[in-house]
Amino acid sequence: MADTTLAYAQADPHRLRGIAHAAVAHAGPAPKRIVTGFGFWIFLLSDIVMFSCFFATYAVLVDQTAEGPKGAELFDLRRVAIETVLLLLSSFTCGLANIAADVRNKLWFQVSMAATCVLGLAFLYLEGREFADLVARGAGPTRSAFLTAFFSLVGCHGLHVSAGILWLLTMMAQVVAKGFRADIGRRIMCFALFWHALDIIWVAVFSVVYLLGSKP
Amino acid sequence: MFGKLNWSAIPIDQPIPMIASGVVALVILGVLAWVVLAGHLPYLWREWITSVDHKRIGVMYTLLAMVMLLRGFSDAIMMRSQQAVAFQSQGYLPPEHYNQIFSAHGTIMIFFVAMPFVIGLMNLVVPLQLGVRDVAFPTLNSVGFWLTATGALLVNISLVVGEFARTGWLPYPPLSGLTYSPGVGVDYYLWALQISGVGTLVAGINLVTTVLKLRTRGMTYLRMPMFCWTTLASSLLIVAAFPILTATLAMLILDRYFGFHFFTNEAGGNVMMFMNLIWAWGHPEVYILVLPAFGIFSEVVSTFSGKPLFGYRSMVLATMAICVISFMVWLHHFFTMGAGPYVNAIFGIASMIIAVPTGVKIYNWLFTMYGGRVRFDTPMLWAIGFMVTFILGGLTGVLVAVPPADFLLHNSLFLVAHFHNVIIGGVLFGAFAGYAYWFPKAFGFRLHEGLGKAAFWCWLIGFYVAFMPLYALGFLGMTRRMQHYDVAEWRPWLLVAAAGAVIILIGIIFQIMQLTVSIRHREELRDRTGDPWDGRSLEWATASPPPAFNFAISPDVTGEDAYWSLKAHAKQQGLEKRELDYKDIEMPRNSPTGFVCAFFATIMGFALIWHIWWMVAAGALGAFATFVAFAWRDHDEYVIPAKEVARIDRANIEERRALTSLAGA
Repeated sequence: MADTTLAYAQADPHRLRGIAHAAVAHAGPAPKRIVTGFGFWIFLLSDIVMFSCFFATYAVLVDQTAEGPKGAELFDLRRVAIETVLLLLSSFTCGLANIAADVRNKLWFQVSMAATCVLGLAFLYLEGREFADLVARGAGPTRSAFLTAFFSLVGCHGLHVSAGILWLLTMMAQVVAKGFRADIGRRIMCFALFWHALDIIWVAVFSVVYLLGSKP
Repeated sequence: MFGKLNWSAIPIDQPIPMIASGVVALVILGVLAWVVLAGHLPYLWREWITSVDHKRIGVMYTLLAMVMLLRGFSDAIMMRSQQAVAFQSQGYLPPEHYNQIFSAHGTIMIFFVAMPFVIGLMNLVVPLQLGVRDVAFPTLNSVGFWLTATGALLVNISLVVGEFARTGWLPYPPLSGLTYSPGVGVDYYLWALQISGVGTLVAGINLVTTVLKLRTRGMTYLRMPMFCWTTLASSLLIVAAFPILTATLAMLILDRYFGFHFFTNEAGGNVMMFMNLIWAWGHPEVYILVLPAFGIFSEVVSTFSGKPLFGYRSMVLATMAICVISFMVWLHHFFTMGAGPYVNAIFGIASMIIAVPTGVKIYNWLFTMYGGRVRFDTPMLWAIGFMVTFILGGLTGVLVAVPPADFLLHNSLFLVAHFHNVIIGGVLFGAFAGYAYWFPKAFGFRLHEGLGKAAFWCWLIGFYVAFMPLYALGFLGMTRRMQHYDVAEWRPWLLVAAAGAVIILIGIIFQIMQLTVSIRHREELRDRTGDPWDGRSLEWATASPPPAFNFAISPDVTGEDAYWSLKAHAKQQGLEKRELDYKDIEMPRNSPTGFVCAFFATIMGFALIWHIWWMVAAGALGAFATFVAFAWRDHDEYVIPAKEVARIDRANIEERRALTSLAGA
């Protein structure tokens, strides 16, 4: 026990003793995996800024219903709950795919990616149904500023999911054709980041649009 | 089949755009014919169009900026001459044409001159200053450049096919909505900016990653040259602000194409939301442009004063402070639109506060010069001209930041004078200083000094003659964007302003002469050592032009002014005599991805403007296929063998040695 503690302390997990050294020297350019991941994070942040504009406009326009229907009359929380579960599950399978790629297991990679794809498509199907129902009820995006903002915000997320599925299928095909090359590994990592980020945005959409909007 | 497009889109009845575009088309065809007939096409394709080398891409960005400067300036001179003659008459430009000209002038000057100029210089210089071989994502860099070029191309196509926006450089609704702008002008604006905006975002992400993750050994944050810091700040602003522009323009597109109600007057739409969103991007945009210029001046002032930059750390702090505060002042662009005294007061004070870090910078530059041995080469002239001019522009900025004063000056020519004062005096002078300063690095020979100085004086004097009258006209109550006017006392000022534009034109002619003369006399102007100005940062530590791999051996940095300390060390020890240990270098292979992708983006943009939906689908498919093809390639790097690296590097070391020993003798 004491040995383990000592070993841990000597291992210097937080590099505290090295701090003086680290302050003067900089080790040089980071490895490719770090650079790619970092760059993609920056992109995701910019994408989140874009979503925040759509959230902001939604917040401004949410009460501008032009005597049309309000959110509480339109939202079907049961369907949205299913959508949420589908998307969260797809994040889980996407995580599995990432682990499979890390251990170079093609079969599990393809199975998990396929599952992610199916869950994503099911989500898109439900969202499409919701949009079609609203339009059929005369509550399309041109009905009022509120519906404009609603369709744009949710639709923007839906577009991202569609692009993600296109990317996902490309990655599946690429792993079949090329295997787990280093650059393909980096792309898989970026794809996983993208997919999880879409989940985070959906959580915000679910809370801000559907939960708050369902209050009578 | 062709959506809204038919023969009536071509303005055959309007001589000015027809002649202008005819001349442009002839020039383009002539250049193309020359390139093909002289057999330069394979070289251009191999070495430039498909290049992923940050230096080449930087040069192409800068070239795009300079070509578009000519276009934007011809718009400017048309406006000045129109206002000079349009006293109690219609002048020679009908209103619908005049409105397109001032809209195109602003759009082009900001998005396709200032932006590519600063991004080009950042691309060219930052990896060299950081001591690395390329930016973080070289192919993406090429994609970014070509998408910017696509935007520029679309704006120019609008000259011949259809029309450009008549809404000003920011398309305020409801004027830009479908009801009041039913034509394709606003659509040209929107898609040109959406496509080039993607390119800018990509460049921003690339540069942030490069500065934060790719620095040579020992290059800690507080040893980076000032230009790297301002690049970081500017690129962070791009990443944070350009998505706002994309979202805002996307909303306007939805309004125009699908009858949405973001910014309409019906169904609860909110016009003021557009002003807030567009300026939440627009104000940071101003700092995206000017911060790199501040960086350039820092490099130039320190080099030509032969001193380290005064107050380096306060300069870093001021840069980052501007970066943050620039997001908190956007409302000062519409004080008059009813936000109320309390909100106006807060934004007015925030706007004045931003002058404090800027003032810090000015004093730092002055103290850098103080006690230095100042050399007045062209870059330094631009820097001094900047300091004087920019202080004036900054002070008028503080003046309009006072809400009650702004109520009088809003949308008057005073405002036009103010922002030209800071953009010409700040951004453009900075870009020209950087152009003169780094030209020898990019091409291996200097620009002609005499013609450069002549161009500087014409620009400086021309600027004052052209824009000081506009301050006066603002006080006399003249509003911006007037096609004609009936007030007699405005006329003399406008005539003076037109004369100023002519002086600037002479400056531009000198610049063109300078470039051609310098190319012809390049052997006499050759920079053999790679260090023509006695520089201080790492870009001067390699040959001019630098080899593809920039540095044969990655430099080790031990302090600020990395190259200066290397030189001092070398002078003490004599140039390093020991044999260097060269290794194979892997470099990214060139790729046509950027060019092909931009080709499809052009098709898609054009089709979207004219509602040709099958062509939109074809363009999108083509762009996606390009990326898949890129992702499928097996070899993305090539190796430069150690022998070749040694050969190239030794040649440069010999040159340096010969010149140092000459200097010693």
